[in-house]
Amino acid sequence: MTIAGSPAVATNVGRPLVGGRRFSLDWLGAVPFLVYVGLFLLLPSAIVGLGAFFNADGSFTLDNYAHLSRSYVVKATIDTISLSVVTAVIGAALGGLLSYAIVTGSPNGLLRRLVVSASGVLAQFGGVTLAFAFIASIGPAGFVYLFAQAHGVDYYAHGIWLFELPGLALVYLYFQIPLMVLVFLPALDGIKPQWREAAESLGGNTWHYWRHVAGPILFPSFLGAVLLLFANAFSAYATANALINQGQPVLSQQIGGALSSEVGAVEPGFAKAIAIEMIVIVTIVTILYSLLQRRTARWL
Amino acid sequence: MAVATRSVQRTRWIKLQVFRYITFAAAAVFFLVPIGAMLEFSTRGNTGERTLAYWQSIFSYPDLIDFNFGPAPDAAINASLELALITSVVMLVLLVPTMVWVRLKLPHLSRLVEFICLLPLTIPAIVLVVGLFPMYIWLGTNLSDSILTLAFAYVVLVLPYCYRALDAGLGGIDVKTLSEAARSLGASWFAVMWRVIVPNISNAILNATLLSVALVLGEYTIANNLLYNNLQVELVHLGRANAGVSIAVAVASLLFAFLLLVLLAFIGGRPRRARPEAATALAGPLAASQT
Repeated sequence: MTIAGSPAVATNVGRPLVGGRRFSLDWLGAVPFLVYVGLFLLLPSAIVGLGAFFNADGSFTLDNYAHLSRSYVVKATIDTISLSVVTAVIGAALGGLLSYAIVTGSPNGLLRRLVVSASGVLAQFGGVTLAFAFIASIGPAGFVYLFAQAHGVDYYAHGIWLFELPGLALVYLYFQIPLMVLVFLPALDGIKPQWREAAESLGGNTWHYWRHVAGPILFPSFLGAVLLLFANAFSAYATANALINQGQPVLSQQIGGALSSEVGAVEPGFAKAIAIEMIVIVTIVTILYSLLQRRTARWL
Repeated sequence: MAVATRSVQRTRWIKLQVFRYITFAAAAVFFLVPIGAMLEFSTRGNTGERTLAYWQSIFSYPDLIDFNFGPAPDAAINASLELALITSVVMLVLLVPTMVWVRLKLPHLSRLVEFICLLPLTIPAIVLVVGLFPMYIWLGTNLSDSILTLAFAYVVLVLPYCYRALDAGLGGIDVKTLSEAARSLGASWFAVMWRVIVPNISNAILNATLLSVALVLGEYTIANNLLYNNLQVELVHLGRANAGVSIAVAVASLLFAFLLLVLLAFIGGRPRRARPEAATALAGPLAASQT
């Protein structure tokens, strides 16, 4: 039975007039979405990408990039990279230990489900509230500090480091460790107990097992996780800005400062150049990460 | 021999358990003390006594909260709540029909739509805000400088999370068969969407909505740099003047967000695809909207 033979069906389908080009208008359904993301995602991205090459008068310039060599931007870049490396490595190490503690327990146990879902929440928990949480606990008026002080320990004897980079690193660990658990747990789950038994039946001890079997298998995914944690810390803004309101030590704060400075010197082109610098670093790290992911997939 | 092996195994097991419980205990201290400390701090009076004075004075800050839930909110909490509502609605109206339509009619676009939706994960919010800045100056002079215009940017911010939630929901039903069945019974496309698809993915829609509400209420980076006072920006301002009140509000908003997430965990009771889910969850925090 052909469609043409039944006029009722034909009108119901409603396309006889369009004939051969019956699918030609379907793409209209995607237009609202594409227009929206075009306006509010792709346009701002293009503004950042292209705008860095123009000065306030709208003429082409490379000055914005040249300004990246200003000493305070170079310092912020180095500080942010060190901060991200430190929190990524420590976060990965501690998160790795926590993952190992989880994975050695019951796979469907309450403890595991609790830690995994808590990690899901805490990895996203950042910003103003997180900064407040640390100020309220170990800050100069926090009960941990007051308690320590009452017992003769003054950990701010050499200055209140909570409001400087070391403090920020500690605060970042609060979301870096849970992120590591989320990232690394699937890799650890892929380790088979038979491998250990095999190593032992060949006469290997615990050290041999980790050095020659589990270590090499887990290393790419561990390194990949470190890169992910790096990118995570590197692009963070809210936590840093809520905790440290003087000096803008972090690169993302420098962007904010160049965009709408409280002291007056507004340099939108320069803000775009810093943004590009940030994107370049994050992109390099992300590419390395996906390369490592591919390598990990071979074994796990 | 067998006995010796067993005792080696036994000591190893004990060592392992000791290691595990020390690790869990340390993690519990590190992650719970700061949250508990906020509660303690917000209920501590000047002389160290317990008081609810900070909590009670929340309503005496008109910049923080008032009773104007109209189209021009002038208090931060009201603005954030309205933004959460607008963002969720716009997100759903934009995303659900598009995703269904792409599955039905434009399967060759599905890769592109996925790529676009996940793109905000790779662009840090602070970078996006640099591009949005001139756009919002234009919006402010030509259209409206209301804080509610932030919803335009927030829809983009929540896009990846909501896309994943909705994609999981749509993946669980046979969109094509359902809609063909409905169409052959004479349903309009609107009826297909509203009476067939939406009821079938109600869990996913609720998930996406809760996620976007939680994200919008926690958003700081974009609002702060576009010079709007939403909840988080106001908390920082307030924190410099009166830390107690501002931490009390932070605890309240945290409890609210936590409630949403618990709801989400209960609603999403269906077992999820473990690996791909975890793999995509990784990219999540890269958006750094919260961090």
